[in-house]
This record gives sequence, C-alpha cells and structure tokens, in this order.
Amino acid sequence: VARKVILCRCEDVTLADVQHAVSLGYRDVEEVKRYTGFGTGPCQGKECLRGIVEAIGAAAGPGPGASPGAGPGAITTALPFTSRPPLVPTELAVLAGAARAARSRK
Amino acid sequence: VIADADIAVVGAGVMGLALAYNLAGDRRGPGGKRIVVVDGHYLAWGASGRNGGGVRQQWSTEMNVRLMQESMDICAHFAKRMRINVWMRRGGYLFLAGTQAAARRLERNVAVQNRCGLATQMIAPEEARELVPELAVDRFVAACYNPTDGIVFPWPFLWGYAHAAAKLGVTIHTSTPVTAIERRGGNTGGFRITTPAGRFTAERIVCAAGAWSPDVARLLGASLPNRPQRHEILSTEALKPFLKPMVTVSETGLYVSQSLRGELVGGISMPAEDDHGQVRLGSRLAFTTAMARALVELMPRLGHVKVVRQWAGPYDVSPDGDPIVGELPDVPGFHVVCGFRGHGFMMAPVVARHLAAHLCGGAAHEFLTTWSPARFTTGTPPRPGGETMFIG
Repeated sequence: VARKVILCRCEDVTLADVQHAVSLGYRDVEEVKRYTGFGTGPCQGKECLRGIVEAIGAAAGPGPGASPGAGPGAITTALPFTSRPPLVPTELAVLAGAARAARSRK
Repeated sequence: VIADADIAVVGAGVMGLALAYNLAGDRRGPGGKRIVVVDGHYLAWGASGRNGGGVRQQWSTEMNVRLMQESMDICAHFAKRMRINVWMRRGGYLFLAGTQAAARRLERNVAVQNRCGLATQMIAPEEARELVPELAVDRFVAACYNPTDGIVFPWPFLWGYAHAAAKLGVTIHTSTPVTAIERRGGNTGGFRITTPAGRFTAERIVCAAGAWSPDVARLLGASLPNRPQRHEILSTEALKPFLKPMVTVSETGLYVSQSLRGELVGGISMPAEDDHGQVRLGSRLAFTTAMARALVELMPRLGHVKVVRQWAGPYDVSPDGDPIVGELPDVPGFHVVCGFRGHGFMMAPVVARHLAAHLCGGAAHEFLTTWSPARFTTGTPPRPGGETMFIG
C-alpha cells in the first residue's frame, strides 16, 4: 500500500490521519469526523464515509459494537454521522430565490 | 469505574474543560485536587462544537470588554501553550448599523470600549466598503470596527484543554451521562453522583452543561431560569481568502466570517419559537433561505457561492440575558456556570480562569457578583441585564 492513502478527497484526510485520531482515543465516527475534518467538504462524506468507518474499525479493533470473535476491522454496528442539509451544495442565489417565492405565496 | 472527586464538573464543553484545567493547575487546591469531568456525549457534541468561533472584545459594558480583552489574550497564546492549531485569524469585527438609533448605540459602546483601551472606531459606510469591497453599504448609516477581534476554529480548544487537563491529572469521562445526584448527609456532606459507568462522590459540583444545565440542576430538585434557544449556522464551500473581518448587521442579527479553511460561516436571528424548555437541534429550510437572502443582499457577488451544510446549536438564555455563575443559594456545594447566550465559547477561557481561582480560595471576580444566581431567588426584584451587544 502506498504510504499516503487519501480516504477523504475533499479534505485530504489520509489513512494515517484516521489511525492517529483512533490512537488518541477518538473512535466514534462523529469524533473522528471532528478530529480529522473528514466528510466536511463538498461531498459531505458521501464518497468517503464507508472507507473511513472501515479504517476506524481496523485501527480500533473489535469494540463494543463488534460481534463475538470478530477480528480487527469487523465493525458490525457503526452509524453514519448526522447528515446535514442541503443534500447537494446549493447556490445562495437559489436559496434566496426560494425565500422570495415563499414570501410571494403568502 | 469513576474515582471519587473533590470537584466534579458536569459538562465537557469548553467551559467545563477550561475550568477543570484551571482548577488542576491552581497551586492552592482544591483539597486533594481530585477533579473529574463527566459528559453524556463526545467532545464537541454540544454548543462548544456548534458555535461560529467568533472572539470579540466589542461589548457594551466595561466588565465584558475587559473580560474579553483578557480572554482574547488567552486565545492568542493558546496554540503555543497547548501545542495545538486553533486556526485563529484576527481580521477584526465590523458592526453595521442600518438606523440612526442603532448607530447611536454603537457610538455609546465604542466610547466604553475606548475607555478600556480598545481601538474600536466609528467609521462611515464607505470606509466599511474599503474593508470589505463586496459589501452593498447603501442601506447602512454607520459602522464600527475593531481590528484586533477575530475568529477561531472551536474544536481544537476542546482537545487542547482536555489534553492539558488530563496531563494535570483530571479524569474526563465522555459518553457518561449523569442520571442521578443525591446529597450525602446534610448540606456539607457532598454529593453522590450516578452514571451508567458507576457511582462516585464529589465534595462540590460545578454544572457547566450550558443549555442542558436546568436538566442537571433538576436532578437535585433545583430549578434554573435559563432556557434553550435554537440558533442555526450555515457553511459554504471554501473560497480563496477575501473577507477580512467578521461582518455583523445590527438589525437582523446576521453575522458572517471566513474561516482559515476558506468557508464562509454565518447565521442570522430567527423568530423566537416555543421550545417548552427542550433543546432542539434540527435544521430548518426557513433558516437557510432567510440567511441566503440576507447574505446575498449584503454581498451580492456571493450569489453563486454554494452552501455546503447547516446545523443548529442552542443559545443558553437567562431571563435578563446575563450569565448565571456561582453557588445556588438553596443547594450548598452546587455551582453553576451557564446562561452565556451564545458567547460562552469566547468567554470560557477567562471565566474559567477566574471561577477556578475563586473555587480554590482566591478572590471573587466582579462577575461573581453581577452574574450571581441569587438575583433570581424569590423576592429579589428583577433587573435589566447589563449587556446589550448581542449577535443573533
């Protein structure tokens, strides 16, 4: 494997970044999101979430969510982080127009 | 298993962590210096992880100006002292006034700030446009600007305080909600605290749970008068650096800044909602559209900039708008530090420093009188809050 594996392309978060976060004790997907910034760019985690969860699992080993006997990397329950609107990046002008349209309907 | 504590801090937001760090580092005590922090969630889950990261010294009361001058100083040295990047950028704060009345309020505040040695200046709308060429300033009659205010990325403050506190012997238990608190033998026997991770005792408790503080106090049968108020923020795609100051508009409560990551981050006042005392963290389209409209009016060139995400966090609002800090008169040993109405993050470094010193036997800062919870006890006549320079 190449030394620099980029998992989140929007924010340049690497496999090593995720492993470092886990080594500091941040194992929850939400905590790793905050510590590394993964998933906060234009795609909002749509491309990288799965890969990051697997990386957390591999680095953290079987945790409370793993099934008995599961080896490192086997995460059986991991919730995605809270998804934030809008669904896709949306221009301010479009959203401002929606405000005007809502007003004129009243 | 959680070790027994001299002081238990409930809430691992910036206030609780900064307090624990200052308590642990104080040479006077407290007692055996066993300090435990418990929180029901992970670091940055609450308002400390949801605010806009503004740090300003422009206020309407002398006490708040001076407090924030000191807090700014702590923030400016934080990265070096704690060895963590906090993405601080001091581009100033620009307040825009759309009416003569608002302009006069700014003038009065600027006089207070100048008295404290702050270099805030009233400037004409055209001068504001020199600072921010993208501004449509024709709707404004005046502005004020202080170049030494700034913005930070809030999360590293939590990690910085948490790691430094842990090094000083503080134990921090996240994902550990407090489910019950009982007194141990009378008013001086301390407390027994129950969590899913076990029970522990504490001589004193400091509740630093922000908008969730009333829920913690209720475990002891005490009621706090502060109420949560949902505020929302949106963040755009990253742009090249163009926006120097944090820009705020008095009439709408709009504020927007550009982070060191390049994103525009901002919010706006929304109509009050009946929240029944419940913290609500859902995102609303009504906010996104209201903010987008106001932002495009303020800076028309931003129309094609894309919003990437939005989120909500609670302001923690007391009846008179001032914070609530000190021991509850009816519950000896139980202290609160809450009610900061959306500016708890920027005030935490300095408030925690002075509150910790006092809890260790040091002198009481003036705010412990002004912000005392005793002002809400029955029979005390209500007073107007001192501070008027709020945003959002």
